[in-house]
Amino acid sequence: MSDEKILLTEKKNGVGIITLNRPDKLNAFSDELTFQLQDALKEMEKDKEVRAIILTASGRGFCAGQDLQSRSIAQEMGERPSLGDSIRRRYNPIVIKLRRIEKPIIAAVNGVAAGAGASIAFACDYRIVTDKVNFIQSFTKVGLIPDSGATFILTRLVGLTKAFELMLSADKLSAEEALNLGIINKIVGEDDLMKEAIALAEKLAAGPTKAFGLTKRAVNRAVFDDLEELLEYEASLQEIAGRSDDFAEGVKAFVEKRTPQYTGK
Amino acid sequence: MTMTYKNILTAKEAVGAKSGKSDQPEINIGVVNLHRPTVLNALNHELMEELVTALEDFDRDDSVRAIVLTGSDRAFAAGADIKEMSDETTVSIMLKDRFATWDRIKNIKKPIIAAVSGFALGGGCELMMMCDIIIASETAQFGQPEINLGVIPGAGGTQRMTRVLGKYKAMELILTGRPLTAREALEMGLVNKIAPVELYLEEAKAMAKEIAAKSPIAVKLAKEAVLKSFDGPLQEGLQFERKNFYMLFSSEDQKEGMKAFMEKRKATFTGK
Repeated sequence: MSDEKILLTEKKNGVGIITLNRPDKLNAFSDELTFQLQDALKEMEKDKEVRAIILTASGRGFCAGQDLQSRSIAQEMGERPSLGDSIRRRYNPIVIKLRRIEKPIIAAVNGVAAGAGASIAFACDYRIVTDKVNFIQSFTKVGLIPDSGATFILTRLVGLTKAFELMLSADKLSAEEALNLGIINKIVGEDDLMKEAIALAEKLAAGPTKAFGLTKRAVNRAVFDDLEELLEYEASLQEIAGRSDDFAEGVKAFVEKRTPQYTGK
Repeated sequence: MTMTYKNILTAKEAVGAKSGKSDQPEINIGVVNLHRPTVLNALNHELMEELVTALEDFDRDDSVRAIVLTGSDRAFAAGADIKEMSDETTVSIMLKDRFATWDRIKNIKKPIIAAVSGFALGGGCELMMMCDIIIASETAQFGQPEINLGVIPGAGGTQRMTRVLGKYKAMELILTGRPLTAREALEMGLVNKIAPVELYLEEAKAMAKEIAAKSPIAVKLAKEAVLKSFDGPLQEGLQFERKNFYMLFSSEDQKEGMKAFMEKRKATFTGK
């Protein structure tokens, strides 16, 4: 591991800021980054001085999702990767924390948010994005299903018709389209992103945190009462998708930078 | 009662407003709080002795009509005190007979309502299952993780868990050591009710106070009859219930309760 920290945290004026910091990889999730994000969220949850949280990233991307080039420890040991287990250990705990932390969480989306990177942004309470941002449900491009909650969080955000279309097409969704669909709260200029996010977070941090937290708890009950169960189900289905020939072909084609030839198997 | 304990806190809370009538007996609920915050209320022998002493005191105290047993928001009790047991041998642990203390809880005649939040694991879960009603917080988790230490539950877990959940679920929990969430426990009937963490203790106290307002002699005989259903064949339990039912017709509370019902007014129970 290099000395460069892949995740940065800071705390100021009641606001905790978590920054994904693998800019050369568009902040793609390696094993280590997902675990560090889990830890950072846990700390911010416990820290009574933190009353609002910003999740953002360095460089030109927000998060490219799973790092398809990073090999897990299991793979290095020659074992077949289990996507279901990987999701259960790495991604689902993040989504659960984002929903269960009883403080407002703002995704300050500074660039492309793809795959699990988009899912994580969807699980936050607010999304403020720059005009350059695209959201991509890129999972099906490599023969997988949307995970980290996207199958039901995106569906609940925009409704079934549009959500299903986005998941199967894996098309880029621009900031403006995302705003029209009600997926995001606000589009700001690139230079204003952190200023706007911090202004909102500080305002929220000065608010009645207990009432905000209880509001989130009530909303979770109404909309995400089945969160753990659906995440678990998604992980199981991803496990199946991960064993398919299409996934193997999808990853191979991605690495070889060519169009995959899918067989449906 | 000014007993001081090291590992628990006890208190009495009055039920309802004082009516001013001098013939009205004082009615309380007793509250026992497991209190070893630095070790998530791990149940060592000293704590159990204190707990059972406090429960027996409340059981003898005529002003106390129901008991609430609780821990902290983080932990009802995370388990037995492992440090205390790790060096025991078969002979030494048998001779110490640490469960003799636990067994006395079965003899408490008044209803015990567990108010459970956070960890209720191992001995904590077993202690909870010895109570009569369980109100849990949304953050509670329940389990018998003894298998992970190379042992098995020793304070009734294999028996009480199985009677509540049935063979298959109990087997899964006891053999894997995995915990149940509050929601799962509610669905499986291991707890009566779940409430937000800010309110579970109040809800438990409210239920204790509701029960405290009933005829205490009827409450005792009802608890005894329900527990009887765990011990023997149905026919025996039914006979036991019938005898307790008949016995209550020699109480003043039965006369008052039925009279009040016919007169369409609220009964005033004296406990006689």
